[in-house]
Amino acid sequence: MKTSVTMCGIEFKNPVTTASGTFGSGMEYSDFVDLSKLGAVTTKGVANIPWPGNPTPRIAETYGGMINAIGLQNPGIDTFLKRDVPYLREHDAKIIVNVCGKSTEDYVETVERLSDADVDMLEINISCPNVKEGGIAFGQDPKAVESITNEVKKHSKKPIIMKLSPNVTDITVMAKAAECGGADALSLINTITGMKIDINRRTFAVANKTGGLSGPAIHPVAVRMVYQAANAVNLPIIGMGGIATYEDALEFIMAGATMVAVGTANFNNPAVTTDIIAGIEAYMKKYGIEDINELIGCVK
Amino acid sequence: MKKETYSIHSINKLSADIIDMWVKADDIAKNAVPGQFVSIYCDDKSTLLPRPISICDTDSENGLLRLVFRIAGKGTKEFSEKKAGDTLDIIGPLGNGYTASFESIKAMDNPSVTVMGGGIGIPPMLKTAKALNSAGINVNIVLGYRDFLFLNDEFSKYGNVYLSTEDGSFGTKGNVIDCIRENNIKSDAILACGPLPMLRGIKSYAADNNIKTWISLEEKMACGIGACLACVCKSTDIDSHSMVKNKRICKDGPVFDAMEVDFS
Repeated sequence: MKTSVTMCGIEFKNPVTTASGTFGSGMEYSDFVDLSKLGAVTTKGVANIPWPGNPTPRIAETYGGMINAIGLQNPGIDTFLKRDVPYLREHDAKIIVNVCGKSTEDYVETVERLSDADVDMLEINISCPNVKEGGIAFGQDPKAVESITNEVKKHSKKPIIMKLSPNVTDITVMAKAAECGGADALSLINTITGMKIDINRRTFAVANKTGGLSGPAIHPVAVRMVYQAANAVNLPIIGMGGIATYEDALEFIMAGATMVAVGTANFNNPAVTTDIIAGIEAYMKKYGIEDINELIGCVK
Repeated sequence: MKKETYSIHSINKLSADIIDMWVKADDIAKNAVPGQFVSIYCDDKSTLLPRPISICDTDSENGLLRLVFRIAGKGTKEFSEKKAGDTLDIIGPLGNGYTASFESIKAMDNPSVTVMGGGIGIPPMLKTAKALNSAGINVNIVLGYRDFLFLNDEFSKYGNVYLSTEDGSFGTKGNVIDCIRENNIKSDAILACGPLPMLRGIKSYAADNNIKTWISLEEKMACGIGACLACVCKSTDIDSHSMVKNKRICKDGPVFDAMEVDFS
């Protein structure tokens, strides 16, 4: 039985990675999960310099999900390269580095620093709803998506995944723009902009007022968008949004995703990623699927 | 470490909204240090984030963990409706606890330590006072309540207990600092847990009187293990992990040297 998938010439032992921001750089989860068992670890967004993030409260629970506005707090690329990359390699994990920035120059600087690093792929976050400059500002305009993709590609020796925002009218326009810019792969979806009001305190539940909605509540929206994108472009896709079980993961794969990323569910069970991998294997055994690639995009 | 299912040994109400629960959890009871917490997971999958609950006490001989918490929302309400024999999914013990403060206190010459708890910050101070007492340290205990008292009798086994209530129905009328002043309690070290205004007041009292002080903070948490960066507090210096002036309450805390925390 073959569970490995190949994206941009890189082989991953199974299709399950982590959604950026929910798994740190894997260090904290290694008490719960054997990182080498994952298809890859996708790290929390890293910028050219350390970012302090947003004021607290940064999160609020919602029905079947949560809203976050962490604001991409990160220790910066120097610390990341010195501490986190060697740690992940020591644990035999494939590494997808999520990159964030406030300007094209920020992204390019970080991408260049990562070009000679011992990492596998870069995921460019142009879709964070919680930072005022950069982030989503790049992700909601197809011209900006194409041009940032193009710039990043020019400066990267690693395959580039563009992470798309669901906060757009037509996801296929953004997917095509990334493809035109030279993207090697796509990740979708990032969180959906939401708001929660604390009626007891009569104010916003998160200090940033708005935040990104994630968790099982957004899963059907994400499956729909992955399906649309998969049918619009000729790029491998990492599907994500509300995966909590192997069934949720398989929906993305059947909709056309080559890999899937598990995010908010890690907060409900730190070992959920390996549970999902085991569930996918059991499903393949049950239905006599020899190769997981048979399932990718099998629902037309 | 993993999420484990434990069974509830007993469950009682200390007031209309305060629950006193003992859980059969040998490993947590054996390993927990004062000031740590556990993450408890809901059965209802519409509430997917764990609830951080402080460890009130442990009985390592019988493998029991005591949790005293207030019903504050859907999760704690679900836990409160459970019966003895029902199960709870828990990860723990988590966080640093008061270990570093104990080291500092033990290095002091015959210190007077004041243990302070306010409201639902009182429970974790029980195991803390117990541990200091059994280490032979002189402990004064100052507990601040709105009105209704709970756990205060149990604290008296471990030191002199002083009370304050907002309405003056028991002890000093006012807050824990008013209580310290009224009773002229001298401290070489303070260990405290309670609401943010209380901790702010204690930090400023400690700074004025040059008292070494550790405080336990709380914040909305998601992962509970230091990965998601939801529950940070501002720190006075750049933190060596985050590389910014932020510390993770769930992982670097919940107990901090009061002087490391920036309340501005």
